[in-house]
Amino acid sequence: MLTEQDKEIIRELQNGLPLVSRPFKVMAVKLNMTEEGLIERIKYFIANGQIRRFGAAVRHQDLGYLANAMVVWDAPSEKAADIGVIMAGFEEVTHCYQRPRYPDWPYNLFTMVHGRSREECVRSAEKISLAAGVKEYKLLFSTSELKKSSMRYFE
Amino acid sequence: MSVPREKGLLNFMKLDSFDRKLLNIIQADFPLVTEPYREIGAALGITEAEVIARIKTMVDNGLIRRLGGIFDSRKLGYQGALCAVKADTDSIDQVAALVNSFPGVTHNYLREHDYNIWFTVLAESEEKMEDILSEIKKHNGIHEMIILPAEKVFKIRVNFDL
Repeated sequence: MLTEQDKEIIRELQNGLPLVSRPFKVMAVKLNMTEEGLIERIKYFIANGQIRRFGAAVRHQDLGYLANAMVVWDAPSEKAADIGVIMAGFEEVTHCYQRPRYPDWPYNLFTMVHGRSREECVRSAEKISLAAGVKEYKLLFSTSELKKSSMRYFE
Repeated sequence: MSVPREKGLLNFMKLDSFDRKLLNIIQADFPLVTEPYREIGAALGITEAEVIARIKTMVDNGLIRRLGGIFDSRKLGYQGALCAVKADTDSIDQVAALVNSFPGVTHNYLREHDYNIWFTVLAESEEKMEDILSEIKKHNGIHEMIILPAEKVFKIRVNFDL
């Protein structure tokens, strides 16, 4: 369970670490806690998984990954967990999830594939299809980014 | 390192080898110590002031979106789902504006499919998430909506090695 102080720490961390010699001290003062106490709490959040990673969030679109495709797969339900692990093993796959099916939506595995071009994404999907033994799939390319923002928690 | 990726980087800003090493450290291995920039500088053989100046340039250029924690929404008690709607072609702008108006909607993409608008939504409870989605569903430019929460997470990778 997160305490009220934990939520305050998270709110403050969302503003970004200041670029000064003692950044945690500056934050700790605002939070009315000690510098060491704040660092220990951040380490606790990392150990407990509330913080997945601590550091710089980079805009990777700008790092040359120009194409991104959501590849959706119709995998046999009983094998989906094993197939998901295989797909996640590919370097090109940045995200991999199992999600529910619907009457007009047969796909239960979702992979995000980043590439430098559409063709590269298509080739990656072919490779993954062969390795995972799933023939029914679709590539949904994004034609426009309508919104991309960082979530602000506890606000 | 392949050519196009390198070119993309250089088009965006001039990154020298120090910057690249620096980015790798602060993405994956940010030191949780009282003087983190001094420690990073010591590892790279540059001064604390130079580390700060280089990071500042990358923040100002927009290459670094933020320096801090990347949170796991589920572990913070948030509910989330990927959602897709079938929207009339001539209502796309209106539907997108409605969807984007919710702070819990962090990503929204137009994709090549009958389900043409794809967005992620995060909310503090199941109930709040349903409120947002029923508000969106009311729009008369929308025909269908599928709600696709992650049942299993196999991989989430957020940083890239330079």
